[in-house]
Amino acid sequence: MQSNAALEYDYSIAKLFTYTTILFGILGMIVGTLIASQLAFPELNYLLGEYGTFSRLRPVHTTVVIFGFTLSGVFATFYYVAQRVLKVSMAESKFLMVIGKIHFWLYFVGALLATISLLLGFTAGKEYAQYEWPIDIVIVIVWVLWGVSLFGIIGIRREKSLYISLWYYIACFLGVAMLYLFNNMEVPTALVSGYGNIMHSVSMYSGTNDALVQWWWGHNAVAFVFTVPIVAMIYYFLPKESGQAIYSYKLSLLSFWGLMFVYLWAGSHHLLYSPVPDWMQTMGSIFSIVLILPSWGSAINMLLTMKGEWNQLTENPLIKFMVLASTFYMLSTLEGPIQAIKSVNAIAHFTDWIPGHVHDGVLGWVVFMIMAAIFHMTPRMFKREIYSRKLLESQFWLQTVAVVLYFTSMWIAGITQGMMWRAVDEYGNLMYSFIDTVTVLHPYYAIRALSGVLYLVGFLMFAFNIYKTITASKRLEEEPQFKTPMA
Amino acid sequence: MFHWLEKNPFFFSVGVFIVIAFAGLIEILPNFAEASRPVQGLKPYTVLELAGKEVYKKDNCMSCHSQMIRPFKSETDRYGQYSLSGEYAYDRPFLWGSKRTGPDLHRVGNYRTTDWHETHMFEPTAVVPSSIMPAYKHHFTNIADIETAYAEAFTVKAVFNTPYDVEGGVKLGTWEEAQKMALAEAKLITADMKNKNVKDAVESGKIPEIVALIAYLNRLK
Ligand code: HEC
Ligand code: HEM
Repeated sequence: MQSNAALEYDYSIAKLFTYTTILFGILGMIVGTLIASQLAFPELNYLLGEYGTFSRLRPVHTTVVIFGFTLSGVFATFYYVAQRVLKVSMAESKFLMVIGKIHFWLYFVGALLATISLLLGFTAGKEYAQYEWPIDIVIVIVWVLWGVSLFGIIGIRREKSLYISLWYYIACFLGVAMLYLFNNMEVPTALVSGYGNIMHSVSMYSGTNDALVQWWWGHNAVAFVFTVPIVAMIYYFLPKESGQAIYSYKLSLLSFWGLMFVYLWAGSHHLLYSPVPDWMQTMGSIFSIVLILPSWGSAINMLLTMKGEWNQLTENPLIKFMVLASTFYMLSTLEGPIQAIKSVNAIAHFTDWIPGHVHDGVLGWVVFMIMAAIFHMTPRMFKREIYSRKLLESQFWLQTVAVVLYFTSMWIAGITQGMMWRAVDEYGNLMYSFIDTVTVLHPYYAIRALSGVLYLVGFLMFAFNIYKTITASKRLEEEPQFKTPMA
Repeated sequence: MFHWLEKNPFFFSVGVFIVIAFAGLIEILPNFAEASRPVQGLKPYTVLELAGKEVYKKDNCMSCHSQMIRPFKSETDRYGQYSLSGEYAYDRPFLWGSKRTGPDLHRVGNYRTTDWHETHMFEPTAVVPSSIMPAYKHHFTNIADIETAYAEAFTVKAVFNTPYDVEGGVKLGTWEEAQKMALAEAKLITADMKNKNVKDAVESGKIPEIVALIAYLNRLK
């Protein structure tokens, strides 16, 4: 056993996933900004012929940011964090190194093929589950490979107790596996009939059942991709960056098991006032409200970790990133339950308030946390300091403004439209034709498009900063202890 | 107990799995027998309609249009009778959508016609000047994939017992028969259309996507 000598961790796979996080982030946000602009300026639908319409690109946006950007971030941080909290290096096992490499390359090639297949119009039609069956099979293999890595490295660990972050990575692995498999059960039509396109399939479930399974997945894709592994990150990187221990272990326990139990019930809040049975809708509503507790539990745990150390907020910009992220996490986990109250949902559903809610979560919480993690990891993986603090600070403010513009404009747009759809005159007749409720949104769509441009520019500044850090920044003699050094 | 779990990854994972699988068992499964029953008189999609549904799905119309009318007066006034579970029994996948950038389409067949769709799909602003819906001109030149639609009907009949080829119902038949029927159905639609190229294509035995799409939209009632 290497008793006291510091371990040399192997970051080769974490590095690869870091690159794809940045690559898919840029790609996904370019497409996001483009589709946002198309709603304000429809002429932009025709830049790429039939492949460039809003409707073709929207799933490209959602799947590239979810399966490309976010999952890359999850894998990158996993391959970094797991070694450290388990006190074992990947390099100690040839097998794990090989699995890790295959995991990465299959993931990367799969993600590219998947994106192209969506552009070409091969789609199973369900949100965040659009990939057709051959792509689904690749995804399942990638996921299994991650499982082998995850449990493999746990298998050879020196630190016997699993740190909180690992609980969340394990939950992410299991949750996505279960939900993805169930929701993507489909029958390839060419294999059954011998006719037609080999890519085509039909869902195992029909109508209302399909809707239930879909939103059980759809909602929990948010849970197990946008929440659980991101919480894993903040539990590791906030204490590491600040030098503060997690405020309360009990609160961590409570929030973890609470989150696991409650989240899965809440999916049916996507189906309020639909023909799914009433009791399920009510369960969805109630559990959504209960969900505030474990969500805020984690967030408050994070904020209290910084108790008495708020000066770090001005001294260390990465602390600022993470505190802002947990604040946005609190905002969107309060907003979601509000939208799940039936009478609010009657107005909010189908409107722009929903994308508004999605994006204060993803832009404020997910992206900020992943960027902070990469800023923390890069100097340690490449042994160089962050290239520019100034750039980092300006990026922070630019993107914060962009998030605020995004969700405020969509809140107003959503509530305006929801109210106009139901407005009646004194005789009880509808007051507005549908198109009136579309034209009124133009200014808000324009503001959202602008916010997209700002956010994208901020992300490009981030990418540039990381690029420069890796290639041209001052070398570090030894690994920084807490605060990440920057020029 | 929790400390023990944290040292035993296997039991930890089993614990997590049980806790997350629980809700699904109770909330999702019981619905299955109940909700797959069709409303009375509901017929499966014809092959041409299925091809149109495929166009709808491929061009992802559900990213802007819902097909689910909620039971509010403001919605039933605008779109018609609210949606019932049994109306979707043959929808694989379901196409309810989650965002209404455009209006609901669940009963659009009641108030829009073939020629209206023809003009609108080619250039929405020609009908509704401030529309932000994209023009789908490529539907007028791309040929619909009738064979895959046939494969789909064949599959749902074989695997899920969708009632094709029953008395007074929709006939599926062999691939050769299905092609003839789809073409005959397409000709009924092009009779109400103006676009010369589309009409010519159907005359020569090819069915452009727009014809299939309109067959599907007309069926939404
Ligand atoms: C960017 C969002 C968007 C996309 C994508 C979209 N639509 Fe629309 N659609 C609209 C809007 C907005 C309207 C209302 C204005 C109008 O009639 O053009 C509309 C109206 C319609 C109408 C008329 C409904 C009525 O009650 O008057 C039909 C039919 C329609 N769309 C079909 C489609 C089909 C089929 C597709 C997919 C090929 C599609 N739409 C894709 C936004 C969209
Ligand atoms: C430059 C930044 C971004 C812009 C401008 C943008 C824009 C958009 C737009 C216009 C939509 C469609 C909304 C509609 O149909 O009306 C959308 C949907 C969505 N985006 Fe983004 N996006 C951005 C970044 C992101 C990121 C980083 C993520 C996730 C990590 C994300 C996740 C999603 C999801 C999940 C949806 C689907 C929402 C729903 O179904 O309600 N977006 N985005």
